[in-house]
Amino acid sequence: MSTTLLSAPASRRDFLKLTGLAGGGFALAFYIRSGGDAAAAEAAKGADFSPNAFIRISPAGQVTIVSKQPEMGQGVKTSLPMVIAEQLEVPWKSIVVEQGDFDTAKYGQQSAGGSNSTPGNYDNFHLLGATARTMLVEAAAQTWSVPASECTAANAAVTHKSGKKLTYGQLAAKAATLPVPAKEAVKLKEPKDFKLLGTRVPQVDSMKIATGQALFGIDMKLPGMSYAIYEKCPVFGGKVVSANIDQIKTLPGVKDAFVLEGTADVKGLMPGVAIIADSTWAAFSARRQLKVTWDEGKTAEQSWDGFVAKARADAGKPGARSLRKDGDVEGALKGAAKVVEAEYIYPFISHANLEPQTTTAHWKDGKLELWSPTQIPSIAATMLKSVLKLEPKDFTLHILRAGGGFGRRISVDYLIEAAAIAQKVSGPVKLTWSREDDLRHDHYRPGGLHFLKGGVDAQGKVVAWKNHFFTFGQGGNPGSGGSLNADEFPGRWIANYQAEQTMFDTGWPMGPWRAPGSCVFAWVFHSFIDELAHAGGRDPLELRLELLGSKDEMPAGGGGAQGKGGGAPYNVARMRNVLKFTAEKAGWGKKKFAKGTGAGIAFHFSHRGYFAQVAEVTVSKDGQLKVDRVVCGVDIGAQVVNLSGAEQQVEGSIVDGLGVLMTQELNIERGRVVQSNFHDYPLIRITDSPTKIETHFLKTNHPTTGMGEPALPPAAPAICNAIFAATGKRVRQMPLTRTDLRWS
Amino acid sequence: MKYTLNVNGQSRTVDVAPETPMLWVLRDNLDLVGTKYGCGVGQCGACTIHLNGVPARACMTPVSTVGRTKVTTIEGLAPAANKLHPVQQAWCDLDVAQCGYCQAGQIMTAAALLKDNPKPSNDEIDGYMASNICRCATYTRIRQGIKRASELALSGGKEAAQ
Repeated sequence: MSTTLLSAPASRRDFLKLTGLAGGGFALAFYIRSGGDAAAAEAAKGADFSPNAFIRISPAGQVTIVSKQPEMGQGVKTSLPMVIAEQLEVPWKSIVVEQGDFDTAKYGQQSAGGSNSTPGNYDNFHLLGATARTMLVEAAAQTWSVPASECTAANAAVTHKSGKKLTYGQLAAKAATLPVPAKEAVKLKEPKDFKLLGTRVPQVDSMKIATGQALFGIDMKLPGMSYAIYEKCPVFGGKVVSANIDQIKTLPGVKDAFVLEGTADVKGLMPGVAIIADSTWAAFSARRQLKVTWDEGKTAEQSWDGFVAKARADAGKPGARSLRKDGDVEGALKGAAKVVEAEYIYPFISHANLEPQTTTAHWKDGKLELWSPTQIPSIAATMLKSVLKLEPKDFTLHILRAGGGFGRRISVDYLIEAAAIAQKVSGPVKLTWSREDDLRHDHYRPGGLHFLKGGVDAQGKVVAWKNHFFTFGQGGNPGSGGSLNADEFPGRWIANYQAEQTMFDTGWPMGPWRAPGSCVFAWVFHSFIDELAHAGGRDPLELRLELLGSKDEMPAGGGGAQGKGGGAPYNVARMRNVLKFTAEKAGWGKKKFAKGTGAGIAFHFSHRGYFAQVAEVTVSKDGQLKVDRVVCGVDIGAQVVNLSGAEQQVEGSIVDGLGVLMTQELNIERGRVVQSNFHDYPLIRITDSPTKIETHFLKTNHPTTGMGEPALPPAAPAICNAIFAATGKRVRQMPLTRTDLRWS
Repeated sequence: MKYTLNVNGQSRTVDVAPETPMLWVLRDNLDLVGTKYGCGVGQCGACTIHLNGVPARACMTPVSTVGRTKVTTIEGLAPAANKLHPVQQAWCDLDVAQCGYCQAGQIMTAAALLKDNPKPSNDEIDGYMASNICRCATYTRIRQGIKRASELALSGGKEAAQ
């Protein structure tokens, strides 16, 4: 008789109690079969086996896995389904992966940001797949009246020790009648038995991408769809005074034109003029005739250069806010053998997703249907409510592939614009931003200035660190990534440490940009650490190891002042190990470099991941940089999910970091962005891409964490430190075009 | 104005303003959305198509200038319905794409490169592909993809069936 791995059918309440600790939304999602068990059993007669919202197996044997997370190139539509496939024991190539719509009741949290998809879902996805497998095994065991323990699942089939075999398709109907087992009754496959995880798996949408099939937000087309553009004031927050709407309406292909009043939130629905036409080009063409008188407002008085001048003037004064104060910085600087003083500055930059912002919306009978490339759809829900008074029951949101995310699609301004426009249009309408809209109405990575003073003693040990950081914000709060954490390395590690922050309040919209904060702080601090190493005559690796010290863990917090703690506990042992590991892989200290060539090193902990990089560069006598090699050491825990995707994120992050370093710079003058397109905001091209990037994973016994961001922060400092080694030129400004790298 | 175009070997007629860029004719009128809008000013290469086999920027090509020129888009690059172009095959094999938005343009440019130069060096690859931006910065894999496609093509089109 079947003793079964399955517990008695869990009541819904018991199940929720059981899994409540795993996170409410997800527990529910795990349990739900539409209509409950009885209905599912009824429906399952000849129908799919669908033990949870993520897995469907048809009687014909087709396995479909739903990807709940938005895909923007980070590879989550491939990686998390791989986890299910591993536990489910189905061949990867036989699976269909579907993008799930926005439905948190069904799927739990759906959010692509903060490199959180993997750490937030990894364990649960193992359980999802293993639970379905357990039920299929049980279905086979019951069919054969044998103990489940005598049956094994492999290759989408269950085999009994006698050799009898049933495919998952054949078992689907029976499995669908079984209760979902409690998680204690589900045996997870051991990592040593993994066949799929850790291998290189091409993205599930590779073929669609390579053959140009409709896939992205901008590819959306519906019968009777109109095309919209939306013109906003070049000055952030400016309002429409008047526009030649009547003339615009007479232009070829134009169906309608109107003003939206908008709100005062520069990250929400900005005031503007919509033109609705029968094609994108008709809308773009009509726009060239559009004349709007704007009330530019007070933001028109704000310029980057003005703030920079003010920061330089105030650098020596106390900061507006003390972030951290340890020991006696002034005393230590006085007693130091050498003091280094430096100003580091980086500009505002754009996300510049290659797919300009877009959303398609259809307002019909008081209901809104949306198709959007969004990273965090729940933010859309919040804003649909606050701006358009739409409750979740009033709208449906289909998540489409995003042509790049980088944090930009965490904001939902473009989605709200499309929604507001759709409410005034008969039939569906697609909003397409121009590239110029995109560059001039981004939610930017804030720029910043750091006025640093550091001291080393006679042995070259770092004894003092002082930073007055000038940042940018809005409404009293620094922009995303514009707030220096009191615990940010090397805070906590240097006995005499002081960090202060002064914020300029602007009307400029800012938002998260890949590895917010880390993407700039790592550059500033690891460049300055390098300056201190050279001032003290120390090897840059050796000084870093000394700085990290011998403690294995650095707790968060301490340091007094207002900005007490708030950082994550820092596993110093992991960082030390990955730093040494990377140096070894790169052959640090073993190579001889001729003048004009050199190596640099940096590390950074962010998004739960420990990363170190060694860069090797050549700088020609006329100052041209070529990055010859970057070696990246990665500790993201015990398991790489998709090796191809993980390596891609390292490669892309490093080249992205290099691109930002080399050329990216926005100038904001009188409240508006000066640059308009890729001719004056150049992105990195293949010619400047490093000759070689090597990724090495150092597997450690820690939970698996995300890869979308943490490889980026160490790239720029490692490269700049290599530039110094090659030329003796210290890069203290981004972008690199502002530093003369010529040498003789 | 009515224009009869030769797109991917088919005769297609559209009724659009003469200055309409091919980019929008393809996307909005012909439902060929593989050709992408990235900048509209010929800077990014996401809209790369072939005109008589030569790469061109669809965003800078008014429909009125096309005439009977053979237009090939990413949807028409594969030699047969069940067979990929070597570049497409290599892109899938090596998982070149990240977000994938620029890749149609990259593939069209790479295909034109290999037609001119079946075995390009690294410098030749960089020089030719410099016309195309990849915001996800998959450049190391684009280089590898072109090398692989070159091998596939030179080995006599043994690329796997689609």
